[in-house]
Amino acid sequence: MSLIVNRRDIDFLFYEVGDLDEILRNGSYTEFDRGSIDAVLDLAQNMAERAFLPFAGALDANEPAFDGEKVSMMPQVGEALYAFAEAGFFAAGFDQEIGGLGLPSVVCQAVQGMFACANLSVAGYSFLTVAAANLLNECGDAEQKAMFLPKMLEGKWFGTMCLSEPQAGSSLSDIKTMATPTDDGHYRITGSKMWISGGEQEISENIVHMVLAKIPGGPPGVKGISLFIVPKYRVNLDGSVGEKNNVSLIGLNHKMGYRGTTNCALNFGEAGECRGYLVGEPHQGLKYMFNMMNEARLAVGAGATMSALGGYLYSLQYARERLQGRHPGDKDPASPQIAIIEHADVKRLLMTQKAYVEGALALLYYCATLVDRQRLSTDDDERWELKLLLDILTPVAKSWPSEFCLEANKHAIQVLGGYGYTRDYPVERHYRDNRINAIHEGTHGIQGLDLLGRKVRIHDGAALKLLTAEIEKTLAAASTTVGREGEARTLKEALDQCHSTIMRISQCSDVNRALANATPFLDAFGHVVIGWMWLRLAIAAINGLESGKEADKDFYRGKIAACRFFFNYELPKTEHVFRLVGSLDDTCLTVTPESFIGE
Amino acid sequence: MKILVPVKRVIDYNVKVRVKSDQSGVDLANVKMSMNPFDEIAVEEAVRLKEAGTAEEIVAVSIGPEKAQDQLRQALAMGADRAILIKTEETVEPLAVAKLLKKVVEEESPELVILGKQAIDDDSNQTGQMLAALLGWAQGTFASKVNLADGKIDVTREIDGGLQTVSLKLPAIVTTDLRLNEPRYASLPNIMKAKKKPLDVKEIGDYGVDVAPRLETLKVTEPPKREAGVKVESVAELVDKLKNEAGVL
Repeated sequence: MSLIVNRRDIDFLFYEVGDLDEILRNGSYTEFDRGSIDAVLDLAQNMAERAFLPFAGALDANEPAFDGEKVSMMPQVGEALYAFAEAGFFAAGFDQEIGGLGLPSVVCQAVQGMFACANLSVAGYSFLTVAAANLLNECGDAEQKAMFLPKMLEGKWFGTMCLSEPQAGSSLSDIKTMATPTDDGHYRITGSKMWISGGEQEISENIVHMVLAKIPGGPPGVKGISLFIVPKYRVNLDGSVGEKNNVSLIGLNHKMGYRGTTNCALNFGEAGECRGYLVGEPHQGLKYMFNMMNEARLAVGAGATMSALGGYLYSLQYARERLQGRHPGDKDPASPQIAIIEHADVKRLLMTQKAYVEGALALLYYCATLVDRQRLSTDDDERWELKLLLDILTPVAKSWPSEFCLEANKHAIQVLGGYGYTRDYPVERHYRDNRINAIHEGTHGIQGLDLLGRKVRIHDGAALKLLTAEIEKTLAAASTTVGREGEARTLKEALDQCHSTIMRISQCSDVNRALANATPFLDAFGHVVIGWMWLRLAIAAINGLESGKEADKDFYRGKIAACRFFFNYELPKTEHVFRLVGSLDDTCLTVTPESFIGE
Repeated sequence: MKILVPVKRVIDYNVKVRVKSDQSGVDLANVKMSMNPFDEIAVEEAVRLKEAGTAEEIVAVSIGPEKAQDQLRQALAMGADRAILIKTEETVEPLAVAKLLKKVVEEESPELVILGKQAIDDDSNQTGQMLAALLGWAQGTFASKVNLADGKIDVTREIDGGLQTVSLKLPAIVTTDLRLNEPRYASLPNIMKAKKKPLDVKEIGDYGVDVAPRLETLKVTEPPKREAGVKVESVAELVDKLKNEAGVL
């Protein structure tokens, strides 16, 4: 079995749960068919397994180093990324008019997933570049696009996102980096940025930083933030790389995981003029950035899911081979030992991982399909609805995997026992790699505020209504599917309780109190969404059992078992949380800072 | 010059092979299948010869199930110009494959056939040699280096004692060893272009050769499990064990 992907699961999500066949019948996607999609996935899997996976552990043990002049890292990182670039993966998701392949978003999701699972740190450089290129493509002017985009799509220049500063992380309104206009049209950038992934490396010929900064005299707070392109090296008129642009590396941060991706403190304009090029209108930077942030947040959720998938597959393989102990009912010490996967509690550990990982994966593919349908739709109303649906699901797709797929990594370690706790096995690395995801691109707490403070209310609750209608479609299908009626009722109850909780929150005039428990609400809301996903998966699996191939029966039975598991072990947890949140509990809100340790 | 490259669809090298419970063969249900790695090397070598201007056309051919089109498409994406699938759901033994390939060679008249030294599923290591014999062509097997010039091809072969270089007159058969080259990955644009390259699907019946199996499979079993070793105290004890227990001295 592969340790980075379950291809059967991808096919299931593409063609049985989702409707990729239908998507491929539309617009520019008609160029693709199942055969070519398979070939793309084969290529991605082969490259990820051969060029990315083999040194993931070694890269973790040998993180990039900075000698005061240059960053050095294992040469395999560059080799893997050159192969990735050569094959055209940087451009895979971009429109053909600008040199991309125009691959559907849901297929990109599967492709990127394999690289992320194989070697998250290396894949990180490509995701950041694609995100920066997306931003540029969306908001840059023709000249800027011509100068930077082709090189980024070819994977010759990499990209970064520079938002945070040492004193301003979640609170972007407090950034201090300044952009002063010059007579030559460009801006002079001065200031420091922190936590910049991929902020320095010697792999690509140039680095294109997308930097948030303030123009002197602009409005205060977030309304005064603008977006700039700041290359590591200036670009000559003929497009070649020119002199240094005075972006300097102060130092590398030494992280718990995700170690192969450099994480940098950068100084702009310290040693001389650092040129920045304004993207779009002044003071609109945060808006531009947040347009792209949705995509970045989905990518974070996908990364979390892939780290967990890596742990799940490894611990599953291990549990099948590791012989240890006997069934509790077997008292004969001379009887042969059994594989640990025979033990009910090990099965529980694996089943929990399966329910979290595959449930999260289903949500991510669902979201990617919304992106595809948005692209294909010619109807403004429909596009608007798809966007709203994506808006409300984004905080869930980012944060639920970050929280619960990390839990899955914990279980993977548990399956391996003491071995799992050592660095000789990859499961602890996956755990450490995954731990970042609840922190970056908007922390878990920020996501809770986004969901409860904004997304469930936007446009008079229109997004919530749309989501409810979608869930109800599945409930209707489930209530007529033999064996799933009980789960349909359970999910309906959880959904109703979710609504009444939101109602109570919205009636509370004290905003601080209303939002005090936004994070527990986010988790419970996420459980409802994932419960909905599992019901969709189970319905598709039942269809598969009736009409599918004999060889697939175990696969389908596993899906149905995992659905049952989620509804019996997980979904009931929401009842308590919704009650707590709905009661406007103020325990945390009212506790004073002094009362923690009495001083 | 035209080069023919036969490729085989085999169980992926990463898959842990399981024997079917009735011992009739190995379990292929829901198992990842790929191009035989030695054949990938063969495709790569042909593509390099084309890129060097030595070859004009590369024809990939496979004998196998409908799904073997996937492997032919991969060969096309790597740089082959067209492909032929000879469709069969039955097992074809090396001799049958060689006979079919002989027919293809007669139709296509390539000057060079490059194929893997063996397929990683049955490890027969026979097809190239049999094909050379049936055609009466020269053969250079286990190639780790090839040099094509002046109507002949020098093939450096990996043999037990080291390396041997043979000089063959064309037309010739070359079978590839692991160190001949490192195959490229196809690129996404080339995967899309490969869709439009010609792929002929033929039936075994189109060739009029006898492909009936000559071998009968009695049963397929897992290799015996390795027994745990023992530690010996002294050289004398080791020699004694080798003489009296292992019986190898």
